[in-house]
Amino acid sequence: MRRIQCRAITETVASLFQDACIHLPPDVIAALKRAARSEKSTLGRQTMKSILENVAAAEDHLLPVCQDTGTAVVFLELGQDVHIVGGDLTAAINQGVRKGYADGYLRKSMVHRPFSARKNTGDNTPAVIHTEIVPGEGLRICVLPKGGGAENCSRLTVMPPSLGHEGIAEYVVHLVDECGCNACPPLILGIGIGGTTEQTMLLAKKSLLRKTGSNNVDSEISKLERKILSDVNMLGIGPMGYGGSITAMAVHIEVFPAHIASMPVAVNMQCWCSRHREATL
Amino acid sequence: MLVLAAQGSNTLNMKTRCIALPISDKDIKSLKCGDSVLLTGSMLTARDTSHKKMTEALAAGEDLPFALNGQTIYYTGPTPVRPGHIAGSAGPTTSSRMDKYTPLLLEHGLKCMIGKGRRSAEVKKKMLRSGAVYMAAIGGAGALLSRSIKKIELISYPELGAEAIYRLEVRDFPAVVINDIYGGDLYDSGQAAHRRV
Repeated sequence: MRRIQCRAITETVASLFQDACIHLPPDVIAALKRAARSEKSTLGRQTMKSILENVAAAEDHLLPVCQDTGTAVVFLELGQDVHIVGGDLTAAINQGVRKGYADGYLRKSMVHRPFSARKNTGDNTPAVIHTEIVPGEGLRICVLPKGGGAENCSRLTVMPPSLGHEGIAEYVVHLVDECGCNACPPLILGIGIGGTTEQTMLLAKKSLLRKTGSNNVDSEISKLERKILSDVNMLGIGPMGYGGSITAMAVHIEVFPAHIASMPVAVNMQCWCSRHREATL
Repeated sequence: MLVLAAQGSNTLNMKTRCIALPISDKDIKSLKCGDSVLLTGSMLTARDTSHKKMTEALAAGEDLPFALNGQTIYYTGPTPVRPGHIAGSAGPTTSSRMDKYTPLLLEHGLKCMIGKGRRSAEVKKKMLRSGAVYMAAIGGAGALLSRSIKKIELISYPELGAEAIYRLEVRDFPAVVINDIYGGDLYDSGQAAHRRV
């Protein structure tokens, strides 16, 4: 049995959010550079150049890459031999969000009563926390500040199983055609297939944590990833929707078995500014 | 005024023009969708809740603490200012959420909007009628756009935090014209030019 102090969790969460909002992961920067090189439209290439200048400006001036520093999404992998001490785990994470967003001059974007008063909570809490219990005595914390513009274009559906992979590809391409230009392309499309409705959306979101452009190890799934990427890039939406050949940089699909009657499909849309950071205690 | 030639030569967008704010009718007439511009002058920031508040005040016959006539509104909610900096990160937010409120603001003389993403058919029709333009800044490029902000001043609704209305003094703020006063829409024409399905 290993003991982990809440204080350490708070400090880790605070610094992970600050780092995530200022420094993009190397795999995302590499994908942006590939997009900048392969984009066919002149305005699209200029836009990609500005996006890369922005990534550098954020590093230079310690400014958030994007002003929408997001909903604080936290994924925990909690070892079953860990004992959390010195407080309450959820409160420790929220304290980390509070501290990280204040110390890092990050925007506080959460509102109470989203259907009416929409009053800002003032400190970007509460975090959205997903906990998985795993073997071992470590605590892996992964943060994903999720911007509103791309999240607003995310969708969930339950398809008749008879539609198969072609139905899924068609659904995703149609969705990107409809609202992709609002989601800050070039996009990363996180797709969940299977499970129950809440499970499939979680699969879609978690797939965004994969290295950008890495394919699923299952060859049938990776073939579908490549097909959807190719179809989406035929749409012509391009960087920021100004027209071009690179609408999406990557498609990540995660699959879970489903009920004999069901084929839930979720698309979690991620803007080019794909931020995530992790640490293990 | 044509100031610099951007690289490449095969699309709509070959030159970047400098435009002074408040924008003149003459400049509005000269702009075409797909034009790259660098804006210098003064603009107001406003987003979801401040739009709701502005339109509620106007509908109730109240005056706003600033003139909308000839004004430019930038849809943004910047990050807090770090000590030693002029402004925080300040990229555009999705404009469609402001569509519901925009027709009334156009009736009160709003001339230019900056955001990202498509506008509704109603807003586009109203813009044509009132001779207003819609531009996009690069979504997510908050750090880069911050460098164009030379002064930031709180104007209204301080209780809204990032959603308050600020006056920004900008220099060479980069944007692309999406909707011109001739019915052009870059999201339509840009995509159509590159669509292969």
